[in-house]
Amino acid sequence: MQRREGLAKLTGRERYVDDLPLENFLWGMTVRSPAPRGRIAAVRFAREVDWSQFVVVDHRDVPRSNVVALIEQDQPVLAAGYVRHMHEPVLLVAHPSRDEARRAARAITVVVEPEPAVLDFRVPPRPDQIQYEPDNVLKRLKIEKGDVERALREAPVVVEGVYETGAQEHVYLETQGMIAWLEDDVLVVKGSMQCPYYVLTALKHALGRDESRVRVIQTPTGGGFGGKEEYPSTIALHAALLALKAGRPVKLIYDRPEDMAATTKRHPSQVRHRTGLSADGRLLAQDIEVLLDGGAYATLSPVVLSRGLIHAAGPYSCENVRIRGRVMFTNAVPFGAFRGFGAPQTLFACERHMDVIARTLGLDPVELRRRNLIRDGQSTATGQVIRDGTDRVAVLERALALSGFREKQRAHAAFNAAERTRRRGIGLATFYHGAGFTGGGEAHLSSRLQVAGRADGRVEVLSANIEMGQGTLTVFTQIAAERLGLATDDVVIGEADTARVPNSGPTVASRTTMVVGRLIERAADDLRRRLGLDERARGAVVKEAIRRWHREHPAVGAQHAAPLLGEAVYERPPGISWDEERYRGDAYGAFAWAAYVAEVEVDLRTSVTRVIDFVAVQEVGKVVNETLARGQIQGGVVQGIGWALMEECKFKDGGMINNQLTNYLIPTADDVPPIRVAFLENPYPHGAQGAKGLGELPIDGPAPAIVNAVAAATGADPRMIPLTPERLMELLNEGAGVRQPAPVNAECGVRNAE
Amino acid sequence: MKTLTLSFTLNGVPTSVAIDPAERLLDTLRYSLGLTGTKEGCGEGECGACTVYLDGLPVNSCLVPTYQVRGRSVETVEALDPRALTPFEGAGATQCGACTPGVVMTAMWVSAHRELLGTHTIRELMAGNLCRCTGYDGIADSIRAVLGERA
Repeated sequence: MQRREGLAKLTGRERYVDDLPLENFLWGMTVRSPAPRGRIAAVRFAREVDWSQFVVVDHRDVPRSNVVALIEQDQPVLAAGYVRHMHEPVLLVAHPSRDEARRAARAITVVVEPEPAVLDFRVPPRPDQIQYEPDNVLKRLKIEKGDVERALREAPVVVEGVYETGAQEHVYLETQGMIAWLEDDVLVVKGSMQCPYYVLTALKHALGRDESRVRVIQTPTGGGFGGKEEYPSTIALHAALLALKAGRPVKLIYDRPEDMAATTKRHPSQVRHRTGLSADGRLLAQDIEVLLDGGAYATLSPVVLSRGLIHAAGPYSCENVRIRGRVMFTNAVPFGAFRGFGAPQTLFACERHMDVIARTLGLDPVELRRRNLIRDGQSTATGQVIRDGTDRVAVLERALALSGFREKQRAHAAFNAAERTRRRGIGLATFYHGAGFTGGGEAHLSSRLQVAGRADGRVEVLSANIEMGQGTLTVFTQIAAERLGLATDDVVIGEADTARVPNSGPTVASRTTMVVGRLIERAADDLRRRLGLDERARGAVVKEAIRRWHREHPAVGAQHAAPLLGEAVYERPPGISWDEERYRGDAYGAFAWAAYVAEVEVDLRTSVTRVIDFVAVQEVGKVVNETLARGQIQGGVVQGIGWALMEECKFKDGGMINNQLTNYLIPTADDVPPIRVAFLENPYPHGAQGAKGLGELPIDGPAPAIVNAVAAATGADPRMIPLTPERLMELLNEGAGVRQPAPVNAECGVRNAE
Repeated sequence: MKTLTLSFTLNGVPTSVAIDPAERLLDTLRYSLGLTGTKEGCGEGECGACTVYLDGLPVNSCLVPTYQVRGRSVETVEALDPRALTPFEGAGATQCGACTPGVVMTAMWVSAHRELLGTHTIRELMAGNLCRCTGYDGIADSIRAVLGERA
């Protein structure tokens, strides 16, 4: 099936939040902190502005609780007398003219008495920098299996390494925005978001409104990648506060520089590996320490750390594993959800470390992985026994064959011997990604979904899961149509409007097709039961039964007392268990498995690395829509290429200073090769049509595969990304294989390891 | 303040509009003329989401002051024939859709100027339109399909 809303998007008819018609409204603007930490000594309003023409909001206008409700209740809607990061929202202004509103926001000065800020998450804080008792650790977690210390003592070989990754900006092409207005006494908030019920919860909490007086509607969302998971709650609250005070609709749209400066990014990381091996390269012990920069509020950092740790040991079998992790408070703009959610950071370290091990031991990186890849019956770090029947070695072999790995290695040796200024290399990463919420998360969410029968015989899927480009509308249509034997035209996907749809959970964590799609199948089955049909009833029979039901149950007014609804609530697949206390058990219902191969060419004169071929092979269960699935992989890989080679957030005082697309570079069409994609399919019995989640998987593999390829090409030993030309030039100048610390740049969020 | 009135041809139709002298063409199209198909992605000519044709040439409308289009011809994504866009639908050229109108405008212009492909690759010609979703393969394949080449 072709993308449902494809033609509307191609013709420009799709209406995003800033495209919606709105009458008699005000433009909202945000006044932000100019400093990373300190007491707000004064807020000065310029005298030359006639402030009676503006609506101004500060923390005193928050009706009930000045908190953006999330995991920890630590982040204020608007700073109240104290700021903890640059660009923290302090005041809001609104005016009918966007230019006037912008000028007024600039005419307000927030004066901050600076206090000592903590800006480097790798350095233990001084006492005067402690802002999160007792040690600025926002979250600490540990996974333990076997006896790591003993295994390390007894191991014939121990290889250590430290790896670092930088922040990454989402760069969804549609910047964030919300509109809010009052409809009688109901506050309506509409905008670009991944999680309507997160926004609803935040509005209810801060504004003291119950569900009957607040309604959240998602508008077509121009990309999310996690960036529209938690942050939209803040913008929704800001738009709502202005609208409530003004008594008029308010539109609050960030422009690109504001979006990049103010919203969350991928957590910077530092990961240490200490690995014990047998002489022939079998993993005997993995001791891993993960450090993440959380920024100034907890946001989703505790769960990002959790996913990062669970993936940190890689898709390998090892009997002795210890993974310890901390998220550090810093006075940086808070880091948050981003595609992969901690796993890309720890998998970069793991997969780069595998090549470092191979080089240290004189082993072939392919053989090292082949020897250690987890086999059915073996267990992960949390003790989850893998028995899904996927042949992970076959995934690897397919990637090697498709990329011509061995042939290219030979060709590169000849190329590099003959060339003076260019070097080619090929690199590999094998990895996995758990789909759905971690551990008991899905059971805790207890997602609910409905399939309604409409009078014309069509069915409507009622869910809170949203389209942001990844294909929800299309895949949900396919799943419902296939289950009931209907044409895709007979399926309607209801708008994600909290006044109408049940809470089927957030659109995150590669859960939509696998977990929520399965709810569609079960709700469709339930609808059929309510119609008195057996499970073989399909197509015209179902349609006619729906029409008959409506003839027999005519609507009273516009509403049915008991509408025709099939319903499903999440049920944990049998045999799955998770111990949150000890962090043991089945972390995910299913893992997708992958092997990615990157071929690079490095220009020794400029130190520019170009990816010249990329092969992405993965086992993702049943592929529900080949075009959409391939698009997810290709887009994720290119986002990963950007993270690996060019996307660098430059920070000063914890705020991004290259917050525009002129100097924060993402890949163009001309920067990347065609991404060659292959799927292996091993249907997962508890996912819709046998599907597993795949949206996040492709961001995990490119960075280590590319850096391993650069190492193979040049002999250098890079340990951090982004591996920009500047950074690679330093490594090459120092001489291949010799690692030296890069010059410390206090304005930069990351530095070289070791 | 909208102190200036000017006339130009918009999607083939003579049009008059009152503007602020400092107004961007992008905002005039979106907020005064209701043509919201043209998107803002960066506001500084890097992303190409706001691509329109000015006298037949693709430009970033966020960098064009509206007063400069007086007496000239502007075409937006709304002027394209939807039937010409089917190849983009099938090949996965659009995901979130925010870059898509700009991508389509550049792509259709490229396919109307095939002579450029003698000296430039499709990927070079599309490098002024950033897309964060597709990885560009779906876009490049669509243009090949429009050109009647094998993908």
